[in-house]
Amino acid sequence: MALKGVPAKSLTQMYVTMQRIRIFEEKTADLITKKEIFCPCHLYTGQEAVAAGVCASLRKDDYVLSTHRSHGHFIAKGGDLKRLMAELYCRETGASKGRGGSMHIASTDCGLPGSSAIVGGTIPIAVGAALGFKSQNKDSIAVAFFGDGAACEGVFYESLNFASLKRLPVVFVCENNLYSTHMPISTILADTAIYKKAEVFGMPGVKVDGNDVIDVYKNAKKAIDNARRGGGPTLMECMTYRWRGHVGPNYDLDKGLRSEAELRCWMNKCPIRSLERLLLSNKILTEKAVARILKEAEEEVDGALKFAKESLRPPSNDSELVRYLFK
Amino acid sequence: MREITYAQAINETLQQLLEKDRRVLLIGQGITSPWYVGTTTLGLIDRYGEKRVIDPPVSENSITGVAIGAALTGLRPICMFPRMDFMWYAMDQIANHAANWHYMFGGQMNVPLTIWAIINRGGEQAAQHSQALQAVFAHIPGLKVVAPSNAYDAKGLLVSCVNDGNPVVFVDDRWLYELKSDVPKGLYSLPIGKGIVRRRGRDVTVVASSYLVNEALIAAAECEKRGVSAEVIDLRTIKPLDDELIFGSVKRTGRAIIVDGGWRTCGLGAEISARIAESPIVRETKAPIKRISLPDVPAPASASLEQAYYPKKEKIVSIIQSTVKG
Repeated sequence: MALKGVPAKSLTQMYVTMQRIRIFEEKTADLITKKEIFCPCHLYTGQEAVAAGVCASLRKDDYVLSTHRSHGHFIAKGGDLKRLMAELYCRETGASKGRGGSMHIASTDCGLPGSSAIVGGTIPIAVGAALGFKSQNKDSIAVAFFGDGAACEGVFYESLNFASLKRLPVVFVCENNLYSTHMPISTILADTAIYKKAEVFGMPGVKVDGNDVIDVYKNAKKAIDNARRGGGPTLMECMTYRWRGHVGPNYDLDKGLRSEAELRCWMNKCPIRSLERLLLSNKILTEKAVARILKEAEEEVDGALKFAKESLRPPSNDSELVRYLFK
Repeated sequence: MREITYAQAINETLQQLLEKDRRVLLIGQGITSPWYVGTTTLGLIDRYGEKRVIDPPVSENSITGVAIGAALTGLRPICMFPRMDFMWYAMDQIANHAANWHYMFGGQMNVPLTIWAIINRGGEQAAQHSQALQAVFAHIPGLKVVAPSNAYDAKGLLVSCVNDGNPVVFVDDRWLYELKSDVPKGLYSLPIGKGIVRRRGRDVTVVASSYLVNEALIAAAECEKRGVSAEVIDLRTIKPLDDELIFGSVKRTGRAIIVDGGWRTCGLGAEISARIAESPIVRETKAPIKRISLPDVPAPASASLEQAYYPKKEKIVSIIQSTVKG
């Protein structure tokens, strides 16, 4: 069975992924408020359809290079929630052994070799991974996730040029959540249509409804399949919105950075709620199945939290401090 | 053994590394140019093709990131910069990404990247075509820095960089290119982190690296004629420093002079001086530690000013004499 050309099984899987991200992130927001988690977290709530829709067509051996807002990418690529939560708690059992924190999440098990807190920093690294795959005649591909703010960085343009020049198997996924930290995108970009930047480098650029997982899935699948076939890179601009502020659990309303009306409007376009309605009305999922998915996700997040809290921070000594400096 | 030039040694090493190891990838601005990087990359693209020998667009930051990404897929890239001055553009990828990658992800991934950094100065090239930034790289945790002073070391250290598994900056001074030395035909490696005593002496230890080792050796020979015996250490590796070798020598001679091709403030001379000053051997020294370096001034264009800017053997002779004779 399929809906709008997407297999029902894929839709259900993406729904599960989105719920797992949402529940994890909202739990994290709560834990920050309770001063349980100290390291700065850039929450993904509201943007779940992008990570879920893109990663649904990726294989384990494909690389995803992520950003400071990495939790959603990590979960969608198949990362272990226990290790993610433990990293937010900066524990030895964390994904980066307590050395990276929220902004530096990696898992080689699931094909996420790293995330960077430098805006645009991982874009060329994804291009290089694509070059590496191609030169070793592997059919893996690389995905670079980045925000709209990265479209102001020179390295973004350098990377688009090189990827297109060498027809590398890479997909550039811009998550346009309309804000570069505290700045509305219209105040920092002369032309806010980021997808159009692809044209001057001779590659396809598509604008996608980043709150519609089906739109994300279809466009990403096309771009990924094309890259895998040797057709070169694609730039996707996914229009979406982060519910929480730039960093931490606040909504950035009190600081006058954005209006409550704007936030409400985007909350009404909740990507998870939309998909859920579609799955229920088309009888792909029952209410009971939805409840079970939620319960399982909550249990998984609770288990991750228990694991994190029971784990220890790295021992506080000089030899631990220098461990991992060099291979 | 046969004698070849330093430039020939680099060209031969690259050719042999590309031949032997499919993982080696060479990328850098000017690789296909007949003059940009001297003769060190001559013939490589014809032999190994555009997929393994890449002359990229002038996008230093992105291209360095590309080399990091390729390293993360199991390749052993050598990322070349025809002038260190251009590397400021690449500093984000070098310092924020390559250097941190192994540490900040808890040792999951390593970046086996050789950062081939060329110093090309003199000839009235001025402030943006003359820089020697080894101290800047040495300041950054997660990077190693090597600096050969002759053809034999160039080959051995370049092989070590590629085999190391970490990002290593290979400091390559073009003033060395025509110097000849005995170089074995096959591949061999030199240990990173170990220096060598190039000349034994009793009265003073001269610690030098890269091109200036050669000037220091000429200066030491000159001083010998004047009755002063100088020991010359070639660091070979700038980071991690071979403290043991330096301390042992200074303990014997009782005096230390550091000769460095970079700027003075917070430079390599400052670092080595501080290490000696912090160690118990400082109590056994007979004279203040001296530094010879570039002044804290951008490189000038005019040859007359260049003459005053770059330390040469005459300066080293004079500092050796004054340090020993007081």
